[in-house]
Amino acid sequence: MSADVDALTVEHVTHAYGARVALDDVSFAVAPSSFCVLLGLNGAGKSTLFSVITHLYAARSGRVRIFGHDVARESGPALARLGVVFQSRTLDPDLSVEQNLAYHGALQGMTRGERRERQKILLERVGLADRARDKARHLSGGQMRRIEIARALLHQPKLVLLDEPTAGLDIKSRADILSIVRDLARDDGVGVLWTTHLVDEIRAEDHVVVLHKGKLRGDDSCAAIVAQSGAAGIGEAFTKLTGAPALAGEIEA
Amino acid sequence: MSATLARDETRAFGPRRLWICLNGIVWRESLRFLHQRERFVSALVRPLVWLFIFAAGFRQTLGVSIIPPYDTYVLYEVYITPGLMAMIQLFNGMQSSLSMVYDREMGSMRMLLVSPAPRWFLLTAKLIAGVTVSILQVYTFLVIAYFWEITPPSWWNYLTVLPALMLSGLMMGAFGMLLSSLIKQLENFAGVMNFVIFPMFFASSALYPLWRVQEGSPWLALVCKLNPFTYAVELTRFAFYGQFEPISFVVVVGCTIAFLAAAIWAYDPSRGILMRKGS
Repeated sequence: MSADVDALTVEHVTHAYGARVALDDVSFAVAPSSFCVLLGLNGAGKSTLFSVITHLYAARSGRVRIFGHDVARESGPALARLGVVFQSRTLDPDLSVEQNLAYHGALQGMTRGERRERQKILLERVGLADRARDKARHLSGGQMRRIEIARALLHQPKLVLLDEPTAGLDIKSRADILSIVRDLARDDGVGVLWTTHLVDEIRAEDHVVVLHKGKLRGDDSCAAIVAQSGAAGIGEAFTKLTGAPALAGEIEA
Repeated sequence: MSATLARDETRAFGPRRLWICLNGIVWRESLRFLHQRERFVSALVRPLVWLFIFAAGFRQTLGVSIIPPYDTYVLYEVYITPGLMAMIQLFNGMQSSLSMVYDREMGSMRMLLVSPAPRWFLLTAKLIAGVTVSILQVYTFLVIAYFWEITPPSWWNYLTVLPALMLSGLMMGAFGMLLSSLIKQLENFAGVMNFVIFPMFFASSALYPLWRVQEGSPWLALVCKLNPFTYAVELTRFAFYGQFEPISFVVVVGCTIAFLAAAIWAYDPSRGILMRKGS
């Protein structure tokens, strides 16, 4: 794959539920090995966009490509390059961590050997190597999220999507998860699309895409967006772009 | 480190990968079933209540004369056993459709559908997983029925019934999957029980031979004949006696294909069953 192909390209995506327009001509791209924040309040259209990118359903119009592969037309090669952490918890609580990973590995067509090798590396990476045999229901919320991240990376995707992955977590867990995912983009060449409504998860060098009421309101580096809007910080810039107050959690990202 | 976490080329999703994928889905469904002991017990208690109480009670009043595949008079509990086997599969098919509605709401359906395998394959694999579970249930039921002295003519027939169970399980599962695409939310499932499962079961040849129904009510007999469940019951009944019933076979296969095609159509990304909730 040549280096100039974007990890994710969203081109003129429009979607509506009946008369309610959820996405209105949204276009942006995520470069390989970059950390891109999709910032928007609840109801901004983030989840709809997420569903369209993961091919849960097709957008009314527009196109989504993952490393050049159209999600609607070549969903196999596109989805094989994609790892996803959904907002709702999707680990099976009755199964052990290892069984959960085994199920996902099978869905990706990985042999047992391939999966075990990856599982070892990834559980160490997320700091839960000793919990492989524990049932998922015995993990804390933050631990479950870390397992879900390990699971999303099992098949070595080059693009990872995370839908509000820090929702409902305590401050330390949030910071841990953010740092694990930032390392992925920096050290491992993974393109990351991180969805959030909290501005304190953003750093100046991050690529930020601002979505509000289904429309794209900003698409640049955080520093550039702040500078262009003449604001003091990304929170104020968000308010200027959308007219809505920005929300912050309580961490130093 | 960098080369180990992401890579450029993906695995081609050939037959071997699909096979791994199918096995994983069946394995997970079976594990889930074993973990849900209550579901296992209730799946077993239901037909046993019919067998031990209902059939025993009606034994004297409902004699069954000689009709194929039987070559002698049979006790009523012997007559309804294949119907109860089909009932297990009917409930199981509806239960897995319930689990699909649940999965859709809880997000594990999304997990399944981000697999790079084709969507029709994933749905079919999910269906096969449900059928595997239903067959385990039927054989457990048959073990208990054996001690109640309800047995097929030969040991061999425990094997001859297997293809029939697979087919009728597929038909019921595909029907359930189609229903799951029509149900918007979990709460509506009680309605399915009342308006789908019970009518299908009672208006069939599971509890009484069709000629008897015909004598009582020609109108009801017609409904029974239009009910695909009747053919699942008859296919199972004949296979349990080592016989092949071509009409039932054709109807069951035809209905399976039709239901499954409709379900796959309904779950197509551009069709929007999954976008109803808007999340």
